[in-house]
Amino acid sequence: MEYALDFGWLNGAIGMIASGAAMTIFLIAVTTVAGVILSIFGAAAKRSRYPILRKAIAAYVEVIRNTPFLVQLFFIFFGLPRFGIRLDPVIAAMLAMTLNMTAYTTEIVGAGLDAVPKGQREAAAALGLPAWLVFIKIVLPQALKVIFPALTSQIIIMMLESSVVSQIAVRELTYEADMLQARTFRAFETYFVVTIVYLGMSIGLRRLLFATGRRAIAGGMA
Amino acid sequence: MIEFTFWDILRNLLLAARWTILLSIVAFAGGAIAGVAILLLRISKRRWLRQAAEYYIGLFQGTPLLMQLFLLFFGLPLLGFRIEAWTAAVLGLTLCASAYLAEIWRGGVQSLPNGQWDAGSSLGLHYITQLRLIILPQAFAITRAPTVGFLVQLIKSTALTSIIGFEELVRTSNAINNATFEPFTVYGLVALIYFVLCYPLTRYTKILELRTARQH
Repeated sequence: MEYALDFGWLNGAIGMIASGAAMTIFLIAVTTVAGVILSIFGAAAKRSRYPILRKAIAAYVEVIRNTPFLVQLFFIFFGLPRFGIRLDPVIAAMLAMTLNMTAYTTEIVGAGLDAVPKGQREAAAALGLPAWLVFIKIVLPQALKVIFPALTSQIIIMMLESSVVSQIAVRELTYEADMLQARTFRAFETYFVVTIVYLGMSIGLRRLLFATGRRAIAGGMA
Repeated sequence: MIEFTFWDILRNLLLAARWTILLSIVAFAGGAIAGVAILLLRISKRRWLRQAAEYYIGLFQGTPLLMQLFLLFFGLPLLGFRIEAWTAAVLGLTLCASAYLAEIWRGGVQSLPNGQWDAGSSLGLHYITQLRLIILPQAFAITRAPTVGFLVQLIKSTALTSIIGFEELVRTSNAINNATFEPFTVYGLVALIYFVLCYPLTRYTKILELRTARQH
């Protein structure tokens, strides 16, 4: 029997796909903001005077980077309730994604901070700026500019990896695809369409970040 | 209900880890072979071949691995291939690995000075011979650290094949968890097993990076 591809179901499915995509975008937006802020603290802590703090951050980074995201997600969602921490799937997904993202971006942000020449700091201090202002106005913008391409790639990798959170019933794009294919019995067509949506989102996100981010980082904070 | 002791859980997980390791090795080997083919297209002198390889790489790097696995798992039967979870898992990870490895090695090839090609030509070597004797060995040597780094990523990616029903570490742990209701222990152990597999490779990557940094 010849199998004929059928995309007729697509008309009634656009709403589901759109709401799933919106959830995916929401998750990655929250993760990006939280992850970048936390990794600035993480990178600073890794360069602090306290060996315990440095070791703790290093251990956290290694544990996250050497285990699969899916296992981290299951550990948080299924494992934590044992200690009375019962999380909503969306919260668990955000927590797992942020923890995962931060481990990678801590290294990236750290590399950026190291790349800013020492003279920049000294010059700013010589002008009488307080330490926190030196960090926010002088060091951080330059560091972010250096790491911008690596950070963009990491954000896109995380967005693609977020398809996994469908497994704990977060209603994002992959979850909606699972629901659709169960209803239409058109598994291949459904996943094909959703894959194209993901491809469009990753291309679009890269363009968007490069178009707006670079200018904002270079001019906005200085 | 069957009683599981801690050792029963651990033993079953370790037995399942064999499949994770086997899948990683097969996919890495397959990905390396296919990756060289994609690399040759990617650095070809013909524009359309380069473009095709670029799209191939962009497609695999721009879509979730889970979707790639689903498409293979549900798509191949439509073309008349009988497919099991193992086949879809191996094929999906191999294709994905080939795209990533080709891109890593392309970086290596392009970082070589043009003089290397010119020297090969002036010795009268054929294009293929130049690649085999001069270009590829150097490109692989330069990119050893990211290649091993990708192997770590690949081992972690095998966890996704549990979702299409391949009986590896995560799928087994889900079953054990359903029987024991000890998610903290079970997923903790699973994370530990992955860590034991990946951490030595990560350390090795660091050593390779330091070695390359010292040479320059």
